[in-house]
Amino acid sequence: MNAPLDATSLNSLRIGPDENGRFGIYGGRFVAETLMPLVLELEQAYATAKTDPAFKAELDGYLKTYVGRPSPLYYAERLTAHVRALAKAKGLSGGAKIYFKRDELNHTGAHKVNNVTGQIMLAMRMGKKRIIAETGAGQHGVATATLCARFGLECIVYMGAVDVERQKPNVFRMEMLGAKVVPVQSGSRTLKDAMNEALRDWVTNVDTTFYCIGTAAGPHPYPMMVRDFQCVIGNEVRVQMMEAEGRLPNSLIAAIGGGSNAIGLFHPFLDDRDVEIYGVEAAGRGVDSGEHAASLTGGKPGVLHGNRTYLLMDDDGQIVDAHSISAGLDYPGIGPEHAWLKDVGRVQYISSTDQEALDAFQLCSKLEGIIPALEPAHAIAKVVELAQLKSQDHLMVLNMCGRGDKDIFTVAEHLRGGM
Amino acid sequence: MTTRLFDTFSTVASEKRAALVTYIMAGDPDRETARALLESLPAAGSDIIEFGMPFSDPMADGPAIQKAGLRALKAGQTLRKTLEDIAWFRTINSITPVILMGYYNPVYVCGVETFLNDAKKAGVDGLIIVDLPPEEDSELCLPALKAGLSFIRLATPTTDEARLPKVLSNTSGFVYYVSINGITGTATPDYSLVSAAVARIKRHTDLPVVVGFGVKTPEDAKAISKGAEGVVVGSALIDCLQKSLDETGQATPDTVKNVLDLVRSLALAIKDKG
Repeated sequence: MNAPLDATSLNSLRIGPDENGRFGIYGGRFVAETLMPLVLELEQAYATAKTDPAFKAELDGYLKTYVGRPSPLYYAERLTAHVRALAKAKGLSGGAKIYFKRDELNHTGAHKVNNVTGQIMLAMRMGKKRIIAETGAGQHGVATATLCARFGLECIVYMGAVDVERQKPNVFRMEMLGAKVVPVQSGSRTLKDAMNEALRDWVTNVDTTFYCIGTAAGPHPYPMMVRDFQCVIGNEVRVQMMEAEGRLPNSLIAAIGGGSNAIGLFHPFLDDRDVEIYGVEAAGRGVDSGEHAASLTGGKPGVLHGNRTYLLMDDDGQIVDAHSISAGLDYPGIGPEHAWLKDVGRVQYISSTDQEALDAFQLCSKLEGIIPALEPAHAIAKVVELAQLKSQDHLMVLNMCGRGDKDIFTVAEHLRGGM
Repeated sequence: MTTRLFDTFSTVASEKRAALVTYIMAGDPDRETARALLESLPAAGSDIIEFGMPFSDPMADGPAIQKAGLRALKAGQTLRKTLEDIAWFRTINSITPVILMGYYNPVYVCGVETFLNDAKKAGVDGLIIVDLPPEEDSELCLPALKAGLSFIRLATPTTDEARLPKVLSNTSGFVYYVSINGITGTATPDYSLVSAAVARIKRHTDLPVVVGFGVKTPEDAKAISKGAEGVVVGSALIDCLQKSLDETGQATPDTVKNVLDLVRSLALAIKDKG
């Protein structure tokens, strides 16, 4: 194994973004002038906080005692045995050893809280008392509502009306936590429209408001900042795998909507070139069906929500609706760093359909006693395929980025009614 | 600055009044009606036309313009058709400046060079692209200036003294002062704050300053136009258009008439020195 590169080396894949917020041609600051001073102020505030040991100590403290970090690295023994049996049935001798990074055990049930805790600490340093957020599956909204409750901040969550309907338990949770959930009726009434509406709120309430973006996308510095806050996932995996196996993993795999849980796992390993990295997009009813959310596999570069990245759109540059059974993956874009990692070939981006995710959801529940969220279920589906092709000493880490309690009604409906 | 913009602001200045800048959405509610409006706006008193390029995700726009964009897209409007509409307008009107206003993605997907060539050929005078701040000037602003198209920048209440020179550095044609923090067609601006802001911008530039966002009535237009070289009315026209549609969202015989009546009353108010 090659020695990890220093992140300041020009050969490092971890030095992005540049001073203009670019990862190659991706990223940037494509926002209205009204927001530009705010984005610059945020960049400055984050740069200061990042180098302040007091900020790090405070954040680490809350991550430990409030969020419950570090999350365990768990050997998924029965899933491993299942994969090895599948391999054997095909006459193969393989079957990687599968580990789950248990970020679904975090307070609020997903990885989202890692980022929200960081952003809320920052908002308070900046003296902002009103927090807005967009949410798809509701996990980011719940995490934001939770931290706002904890620190006594006003919280407004924009959520597509379609998502409000299909993620009712999370809407109720947010309301219990004192947040105001605003159902967004414009456009396709899902995550992208929630983000439009949050941006409209921010541009209207510039003096008081901090926009807590839930994924590693949006105008610079959000993609970088959200990634940094999520890197706790990959940093822990490095340490935990050394403890468990005395070496780094051979491969990493994570589901991708906007891509924050994935970049958090991947980024600390980008310079370990022997580590294979897989990002799994939502193929919905199939990438060829046109009803999917696989921006990298089925989209092309464009500009939306403050950054240049791969987008699902028509020939005229109009954004088209994404589709996925998972509300958390149902977004027609992707974080700009993933767009760049695709182009440079460091990460392999693949996809799972709704049906594959549903099958993996049930498989994982029955074999491991862990009900995964539909988002990581997409990655589990590919773990089952890929692990069969790897040798038995291959260490594969899946990011279990959320738990499935919120999805049980959606899944039940699909199992009853068929796809 | 294109000669058309220069001539318009000179004429308006000689008449000791502000220019009336009217915004309509290309293809809204259908291409034919939007063309009929385009054709008749100058005679109704519009000095400069902002022609909206519909986009699926207009982050800086309020409900009226959001709906207008969706109506236009549903009726089949595309960037290509929008440019054709302007080329058509130029066969009947060679003096009224036309500014294309919208978002970057459709332009980026079309290809910056192709877009600028075609826009110039069609007779476009300038561009307002909401999501391209000066930090992204190399994307479209600098190529547009090189191609001979004005790139009109938005200055806002959050653009402070330190930032203003950066915002004004590559702007041309005129400066568009956004009178409120917010989205189009919502809050009504505080007139005294607006005139102070316009005066502040004028200390930094000789370009005409035009004020928009939240100008709804002839009275608003009159109040805002004092001290500025122009006033933009957009959402109010779109609201008027929307109210004239039938229950299926189609144009009626009132559509063009009602919008033009409102434009005439706005033009009158601006000319009224009382």
